[in-house]
Amino acid sequence: MIEHKKEVDEIINKYIGQKGNLIPLLQEVQQKEKYLSKETMRYIAEKTKISIADIYGVATFYTMFRLKPQGEHIIRVCKGTACHVSGANSILDAIKQELNLKGDEDTTSDMLFTIMEVACLGCCSLAPVIMVDDNTFGKLTPDSVRKIIKQIK
Amino acid sequence: MSFKIKVGMASCGLAAGAGKVYTEIEEYLKKNKIDASVHKTGCIGMCFAEPIIEIVPESGESITYGRVTPEKVEELITAFQNGTPEKENVILAENQKASENENLNKQTRIVLRNTGKINPESIEDYLKENGYKAAEKALRKMSPQEIIAEMKESGLRGRGGAGFPTGLKWEFANKAKSDKKYIVCNADEGDPGAFMDRSVLEGDPHSVIEGMIIGAFAIGADEGYIYCRAEYPLAIKHLEKAITDAEEKGFLGNKIFGTDFNFKLHIKKGAGAFVCGEETALMASIEGKRGMPRIRPPFPAQSGLWGKPTNINNVETFANVPWIIFHGAKEYAKYGTEKSKGTKVFALAGKIKKSGLIEVPMGMTLREVIYDVGGGMKTDKPFKGVQLGGPSGGCIPASLLDTKVDYDSINKTGAIMGSGGMVVMDTGTCMVDVAKFFLNFTQNESCGKCTFCRVGTKRMLEILTRITEGKGEMEDLDRLEKLATNIIKGSLCGLGQTAPNPVLTTLKYFRDEYIAHIKDKKCPAGVCTALIKFEIIEEKCVGCTVCARKCPVQAIDGKVKQPHVINQDKCIKCGICYDSCKFDAIIKE
Ligand SMILES: Cc1cc2nc3c(=O)[nH]c(=O)nc-3n(C[C@H](O)[C@H](O)[C@H](O)COP(=O)(O)O)c2cc1C
Repeated sequence: MIEHKKEVDEIINKYIGQKGNLIPLLQEVQQKEKYLSKETMRYIAEKTKISIADIYGVATFYTMFRLKPQGEHIIRVCKGTACHVSGANSILDAIKQELNLKGDEDTTSDMLFTIMEVACLGCCSLAPVIMVDDNTFGKLTPDSVRKIIKQIK
Repeated sequence: MSFKIKVGMASCGLAAGAGKVYTEIEEYLKKNKIDASVHKTGCIGMCFAEPIIEIVPESGESITYGRVTPEKVEELITAFQNGTPEKENVILAENQKASENENLNKQTRIVLRNTGKINPESIEDYLKENGYKAAEKALRKMSPQEIIAEMKESGLRGRGGAGFPTGLKWEFANKAKSDKKYIVCNADEGDPGAFMDRSVLEGDPHSVIEGMIIGAFAIGADEGYIYCRAEYPLAIKHLEKAITDAEEKGFLGNKIFGTDFNFKLHIKKGAGAFVCGEETALMASIEGKRGMPRIRPPFPAQSGLWGKPTNINNVETFANVPWIIFHGAKEYAKYGTEKSKGTKVFALAGKIKKSGLIEVPMGMTLREVIYDVGGGMKTDKPFKGVQLGGPSGGCIPASLLDTKVDYDSINKTGAIMGSGGMVVMDTGTCMVDVAKFFLNFTQNESCGKCTFCRVGTKRMLEILTRITEGKGEMEDLDRLEKLATNIIKGSLCGLGQTAPNPVLTTLKYFRDEYIAHIKDKKCPAGVCTALIKFEIIEEKCVGCTVCARKCPVQAIDGKVKQPHVINQDKCIKCGICYDSCKFDAIIKE
């Protein structure tokens, strides 16, 4: 189901006919809908006359687009070089343990958290760094990151 | 006495708590009716000392404080008002000793001339620093040919990585015949460990816009795009504001400075794909397609965005342009070496004391950059190597620390200048692990078009993984080198062509470390988890239970005041016990 149909229509109308419109259109729709469901993509294709293959192609090419529902809070774990040499792996392990996520799982079953690994948040002097929604936390240890997550829970 | 307080509010400052400091200052001034104002500014570059504030009196000396917390605000302001400025937190001051004066004196700030000084959201601040004077001069008094000649004479080379002469690039685009041309700013900054472009966009967005206006006029473009990665929300916000303000002042739009020149500028947000930093992929992405690189020629200067001649430059390249036009090419060419003119901004990170953003003249040695400007190593572990150029670059060992920082000298080592990320590593860093890290990155980011890049990097990663697990064989080293050669030859774009560099340079300079993993099944740096083991020395353990309580997987058993033991089957080798033991009773081997 498309949850915010009215807003999605507005976004489509804003971009329709503009050259190079597909990526910003999908970005804005995702912002509203939180992710791009098959149904949403079909709907956009129908309205914009952009082929569904093109839309799916773009949505799967860029890491920003999510094709699955995501948790309420997004935890971005920086895996940049500076964070890597400062122990980013142990931070990620600690978060996964704290959230009870196994293997490739990235979203908690209560839909509260989704974790993502990102290439670099550009706060290298504070490594290792994570971003929870819009807040950045730096100079982390496995212990301190657990505390941060507990607080948000 | 009235004064101003500036707070560094770029991403790193904010992450360190500058927002709270700003609010505290604002409230404190208001509550106590103090005749002073508080302003936001960009990044002064000393990220290691964030949050940073600068107190600027109407006349007299201004003082910069580091590591400021909301609790310290009152003390700092009161002491300043009493004429006895607090001494402990001072990092910069004009007429007195301060810990970071040296740091700044060793730098030459051209690109970073305004960051950390002006309020990036105020066009008036930028105008006070001779802002848009260069654009006015270029549009009113110079012909496109004269601008291009000036750029060529300055010797400026592209700062996006490849170092192509900017004047020459503009000349190609200028000569292309077309009813429509585009100019694009590459602000995709995908290299992990690099944040130069982010700081410039956050701290001085107008300098980039002004550079683009001059470039657009020189090549004959009337429309431009700034392609900025979406991971930089603050940079995008400041750019949006800057564009609106510049439009209002008539620096963008129609009939700029009363001439016949029109220029419209847009921002395009990236969507997370490293390969989109490559120019042909970037253009595909602006067009709304999958960001796949294509064969060149045709070069963008002939056929770029929507098939029209297009000129692409990096953020730092554009930020240099107004300075060059304003002060003249000769002035610029005074800095640097014969073939690498001007300055370069570097992002210092990793195991270095003064991590942050610096700008130095080309030709300074790596040793000077790391030890004199960067303050040397953060811990007492010795220097091992420095990684330059991110996933396309390489690791330079201690024996080559006297290498000069210029395009050609760095290339000779097998690394590349790259965009300016400099990650310093100590003996606690495993070079095989670093090579694996970068290959994992490029393998993930390969767009999949070229077979060697898509499959070859995967095979290399598998080999590196097995080496770090102690399952490698000596023949693997030859396989790595052979695969590397073929990937370089068989890839269309720079991503594949440079992906093997981190492996090749570590094989060249740190081969012993690979051999230790293969033959001795040991990781000398103690990083590769499959090859290390934590153990408690019975005689030293006092049974304080700290490790057992901290262990995230309950792998440590033992009673209070009795020696503990680690259950090796359960241990995940996170090292928390090792770090938390106060009695040095845990060893890593
Ligand atoms: C895989 C790949 C990623 C790149 N990423 C960037 C980038 O993030 N920023 C950048 O300015 N140039 C990047 N480049 C270089 C650009 O293709 C191009 O050379 C540059 O934007 C030209 O600008 P300049 O002449 O001012 O250096 C990348 C190249 C490759 C092959």
